[in-house]
Amino acid sequence: MLRQIRISMLIFLLLLAACGGSDEDDGAANAEGAPFRVAIVMPSSTTDIAWSQSMYDSLTTVQSEMGGEDALKIAFSEGMFRVTDASAAIRDYAAEGYDLVIAHGAQYGNSVFEVASDFTETSFAWGTSSDTGADRGIENVFAYGAVANEGGYVNGVVAAMLSTNDVIGVIGPVAGDAKLYIDGFVRGVTDVKPDAQVNVSYTGSFSDTTLAAEAAHVHIQAGADVLTGSAQQVVGAIGVANENGVAWLGTQSDQISLGPNVVVTNQIYNWANVISDMIAKIETGELGGTAYKLTFENDGLRLEFNENIEIADEVKEAARAAIEDIKSGVVDPVLLEEDDE
Amino acid sequence: MFDELFTISTLVGILHSCVRLATPYLFASLGETFGQRSGVLNLGVDGIMLMGAFFAFYVVFEGHNLWVGLLAAIAVGILMGLLKAFVSVTMQSLQGISGIGLYLFGLGLSSLLFKTLIGSVEGVSGFRQLAIPFLSDIPGIGHILFNHNALVYLAYLMVPVSWFVINRTTLGLKIRAVGHNPEAADTLGVSVNGVRYTTMMIGGALAAVAGASLSIGLQNVFQENMTNGLGFIAVALVYFGSWRTVGVLGGSLLFSLVNALQLWVQALAIPVPSEIAVMMPYIMTIVVLAFTARQIQKPAALARSYERGE
Repeated sequence: MLRQIRISMLIFLLLLAACGGSDEDDGAANAEGAPFRVAIVMPSSTTDIAWSQSMYDSLTTVQSEMGGEDALKIAFSEGMFRVTDASAAIRDYAAEGYDLVIAHGAQYGNSVFEVASDFTETSFAWGTSSDTGADRGIENVFAYGAVANEGGYVNGVVAAMLSTNDVIGVIGPVAGDAKLYIDGFVRGVTDVKPDAQVNVSYTGSFSDTTLAAEAAHVHIQAGADVLTGSAQQVVGAIGVANENGVAWLGTQSDQISLGPNVVVTNQIYNWANVISDMIAKIETGELGGTAYKLTFENDGLRLEFNENIEIADEVKEAARAAIEDIKSGVVDPVLLEEDDE
Repeated sequence: MFDELFTISTLVGILHSCVRLATPYLFASLGETFGQRSGVLNLGVDGIMLMGAFFAFYVVFEGHNLWVGLLAAIAVGILMGLLKAFVSVTMQSLQGISGIGLYLFGLGLSSLLFKTLIGSVEGVSGFRQLAIPFLSDIPGIGHILFNHNALVYLAYLMVPVSWFVINRTTLGLKIRAVGHNPEAADTLGVSVNGVRYTTMMIGGALAAVAGASLSIGLQNVFQENMTNGLGFIAVALVYFGSWRTVGVLGGSLLFSLVNALQLWVQALAIPVPSEIAVMMPYIMTIVVLAFTARQIQKPAALARSYERGE
């Protein structure tokens, strides 16, 4: 009897724990005339103010444009940092008949191709990548990525103009990852101020907000008066920048809510056009084969200034000029390849 | 390049970072020490931290005083400790598994409450840096030790307080007795379950304060799973510290020192690959564990449930 009660207690705890998972869709089978159904599997949460949120926000934008939940249903699985968990979720969504399954992380590539081979009538998308599997005969996979060094470059130009100490701190997640953003950023700084010092540190994690916060403290103590960083870990660093009144330049999503007085610019990833295009293609029977890139040119990247704080006109002008230079090809911020998670 | 690491200002900066970084580890691992000394292993520390972090943040976010936020965290921590005690002590579930259940419960519930009650990542004004008059003016040491927020001081104050409670009070004697030989303690009239409930509540409260030290002290934000497994490291630090408060203090400081060092090495652009830098705290932990393993005096009844008449 006692053993049964114990087991019941454990099941109760695990069930309650499962309350944290979220899923907007009831998983009902797709029927004729039913809304287009998209499922997304993401490494962090829809509120990470970074990589995952950028895609989720874009999905809800497309949903509004299409006419709400009656036209586009969104299901999502958050916190899928472990590839094995994500792989199971991708397969489940495919089995449930979703029209498009988005695997929002470069680490999910193998899982996507494996599942896509088994569900050839379902469309899949994954990023960051430019690999659609076409060379292996796979026809139902889209790939996407952001040319984040473009916004990195512009943020670098802004950082150089804002810094009076000529010391700027960068907080990266894992070395190699977010490399494009950081490379573009460093290039932007040094194009404006060749002698400025850009200190780059990595926390070794996408989600270690505590270490990112301490990294921000370290940069500030080392003289930095402008900070930037990427991945969901940056919430800790923005909190520290806010407390110390140090300028922060954001990337991936809008981060102003965290530092209304210190976040100067945000490079926003706008996936809406990519999603709309994929949906349009799927509805005409084209289930994959296209690799998308977000750039300033195609409105996939946007640089937004914080309207709540006063920013010198010359800074705004320099940023706009940098964007135009990138669009016209005058400036080529490092390699134009892929970035991030 | 390495010369820059050994300047006074850099060394002071590294030690200042170390003292601050150790704060959540200290609260959580001191709390876990109480539990383990009484024979209860609580692997749910991380979940309790998340609940504490959320409730402290939410109360402050709603416009209340920071100390009210801290009290809310403590209350939630005590409740979580009671839940753990009920499952592990009264129901005698396997302590390791029920701890993992508690962790998942805290992780899931804090995420759910965050999404429901707040919805997006927001900032609050947390505990500000509080320089202790005169002491913070001492060159070097002043900045390292006396220029932090109130929760950092509180964490270090908990070290002698915990030592005193465990080693110099009747409650501490009962905790140690129950942890080493619950049968003998029981025959002497000590309520084994009562002591274990008490240590779970103390541990829960301290773990919740550890979470609050992140959300309204060090970062002033709440994000889902913001502890990032810190609570599990805190459990390891109790083993590391051989179940002694001073050992736990040493372990927390050492782990934080290496973390601070790697951040400074990178920020100063010293040519050490960042992959190596971020591994340093873990390598150091393994090395120290290897050398201290023989001195470990583990509570004999750790992770063993107790039933009268067994």
